[in-house]
Amino acid sequence: MSVTERSMGLGLRALGRIAGSGLVDRLRARRSAERIVYRATRDGFRVASASGRTFKAVRRRGQPARLKPAGTGGLFDLTPTDEQQMVKESFRAFAAEQLRPAANAADAACAAPRELLEQLGELGLTTLGVPEELGGAVSERSTVTSVLAAEALAHGDMGLAVAALAPATVASALSLWGDGDQQATYLPALVGDDVPPAALALHEPRPLFDPRALQTVARRDGGDYVLRGVKALVPLAAEASLLIVGAQVEGRGLGLLVLETSTSGVLVKPTPGMGVRAAAIGEVRFEDVRVPAGALLGGGDPDVYAECVRRARLAWCALSLGTSQAVLDYVIPYVNDRVAFGEPISHRQAVAFAISDIAIELEGMRLATLRAASRADAGRDFAREVAVARMLCAEKGARIGSEGVQLLGGHGYVTEHPVERWYRDLQAVGVFEGALLV
Amino acid sequence: MINLEVPKKFGPLVAQANQVAKEVFRPISRKYDEAEHAYPKELDMLAALIDGMNDGSESGGSGAAGVRRTGGQDAGVRNGSNMSTALGIMELCWGDVGLLLSMPRQGLGNSAIASVANDEQLARFDGMWAAMAITEPEAGSDSAAIRTTAVLDEETGDYVLNGEKIFVTSGDRADLIVVWATLDRAVGRAAIKSFVVERENPGLHLERLEHKLGIRASDTADFRLENCRVPKENLLGSPEVDVKRGFAGVMQTFDNTRPLVAAMAVGLTRACLEETRRLLADVGVEADPDAPAAVQGAAAAELLAMEADYEAARLLTLQASWMADNDKPNSLQASMAKAKAGRTCVDVALRCVRLCGSLGYGRELLLEKWARDAKILDLFEGTQQIQLLIIARQLLGKTSAELR
Repeated sequence: MSVTERSMGLGLRALGRIAGSGLVDRLRARRSAERIVYRATRDGFRVASASGRTFKAVRRRGQPARLKPAGTGGLFDLTPTDEQQMVKESFRAFAAEQLRPAANAADAACAAPRELLEQLGELGLTTLGVPEELGGAVSERSTVTSVLAAEALAHGDMGLAVAALAPATVASALSLWGDGDQQATYLPALVGDDVPPAALALHEPRPLFDPRALQTVARRDGGDYVLRGVKALVPLAAEASLLIVGAQVEGRGLGLLVLETSTSGVLVKPTPGMGVRAAAIGEVRFEDVRVPAGALLGGGDPDVYAECVRRARLAWCALSLGTSQAVLDYVIPYVNDRVAFGEPISHRQAVAFAISDIAIELEGMRLATLRAASRADAGRDFAREVAVARMLCAEKGARIGSEGVQLLGGHGYVTEHPVERWYRDLQAVGVFEGALLV
Repeated sequence: MINLEVPKKFGPLVAQANQVAKEVFRPISRKYDEAEHAYPKELDMLAALIDGMNDGSESGGSGAAGVRRTGGQDAGVRNGSNMSTALGIMELCWGDVGLLLSMPRQGLGNSAIASVANDEQLARFDGMWAAMAITEPEAGSDSAAIRTTAVLDEETGDYVLNGEKIFVTSGDRADLIVVWATLDRAVGRAAIKSFVVERENPGLHLERLEHKLGIRASDTADFRLENCRVPKENLLGSPEVDVKRGFAGVMQTFDNTRPLVAAMAVGLTRACLEETRRLLADVGVEADPDAPAAVQGAAAAELLAMEADYEAARLLTLQASWMADNDKPNSLQASMAKAKAGRTCVDVALRCVRLCGSLGYGRELLLEKWARDAKILDLFEGTQQIQLLIIARQLLGKTSAELR
């Protein structure tokens, strides 16, 4: 089977799952009946992982599976592959039908409805960065595909998108850098039907945080590492059973460790923020947590850590595209319908030019993000491209969020319209390090 | 397959244009900035070389030669002359915008001819240098309001043109001037046609050459047309006044030329950035792409921010030219590219001057000149505000009567 045929298969499968399974209807019925009520205001840290889920290798250790770099076709081209188009359309449809209507309640509850996350798991969200031989959906690096999926989901809601993408992030990280053992232990669950809550924990709680200067340390002790420190802005913090943790690793430098949160000494505290609240953000504290040396991801290569930081920034860029597009799509009909001084306010240049500026900057953000992602897929260096994409998405994205509220005036400030939420969400793009990656 | 890298096949062309910019343009940049209105004779021998580059296949075209939609039948993705021309212009304007605009046979009139002329006209005007005359003292951005008239003399078969044209780039040096005139002022946009007028036409009078803020190597001429007779074969496009089609005939040129002006701005922006990066490195300031902007110090963070806007402008420009190469309607993207590149280049050029202090402001280096040159790129071929209007009208579904 050719890559294209296989790719088509993935997209059709995803579409079929949405349309054919009746899950959409079931979800609508269930949502109101079974909304998760989450107490976000609990104080202090508590022991992690209510689920107590542990992981065992389901096959013998062997060589890790790796995705090979994608070909580029050699020409400048902005046409997604058939596979990418299908992924984009299916997640966009799901976002419109399921995520957008659930966004306000999830924002207030600081939690994502479990059935929505299950739905996205069933749609194969966690498989987009995982090789076929490990139960994934792809045979080549698929950063661009993941960017398109993240953008599509964030068009529905950024907070819910973050919640859904957090386990997909861990699956992608294990595919990129996990050894045979790590892949065999964790990936079957992550690409399975019952996706465990999981996340990437890089950020630390202090101003001017620099992911290249971590205070979380992994100290050598016999055959183990002993982990100590605090991580912030961790999605699904309270319920995650699996974390990938960034730390200063003794004898290695900056590195990533795979950690089961059922391990003794892992404490969590919900820390709801200004936005992306549906992602149930929290802090995770490690009090001398003992992890085996085999938990080190990518053999402790500092380049792996650097790539992880870049891919995380790229994921946030992708989210900013979806939410910024949501702003643009929302304000256009609003300014056309809203009448002041006897005509639609869109007839005024001050309003119309604001629309143009949103569109221009958003398109620039999108192209810069796609360039970085396609370079990553092709195996090229993409440090500079990620840096400029992040700069654009953080600065212009926050501005787009602000303009969205401004264009609605006082109406933009009340929760009756989603623009105030997008204002809060888009501010996350320049703040978060880690949490997600593509 | 999404890929935003420039294809390898354009490598030689880009390298060649870069050599021209470095070895021919840069050494004489200051000379012709100071000797305004003097003809840069160094460009004559270069023009022949550029002609050769443009005559190449689809990988050719480094100057501001016309770009033409071929209506290619092949199914695959194309990277053709729109993109290669934009890439060539980026390099040449990294060298000097004013000198690029002074390149013989590379005028915007050439682009107009290449975009809308019929085959007979293409052959007749081949190898000639064509300037573009649209603006009038009372009609700038509002190009539909032009007053220059064209009346058909049935006996001779000539059009007789009367009016005044200003801001004609290379107007004094070009062989031809493409003049916009109206067949019937009462009809409005639909009656506006473009006519190719030979520079030697006795009805075409040079009024003066402008003194300008920048791009001083390029001459900017003002003309009076007085009973200027033009054979009717010199009308570009259809002679019919088609109210439905309206302005489309003359405006479609812009879909092809705006990405090229955006490319000029992208090239100039890169020149400013590279020079500033070099000067800042001398004092120990370098931007680190992996470090958060906030921990790098203000100057390094500013470099990163400028680099980001440069990247957006460049990719928007490539997108617009890629769409043109692949016969996708691109007027929205062309205006986005022009708007973003135009404002980025002014913004970056001025910030670079400030960052470099006396070195930026002084005339020993070229930063202050680039900052003066930059401003034209946010004005001609549609100002920033005109681009924003075009974009907004498309996105909001508004007519020019509703959103004015």
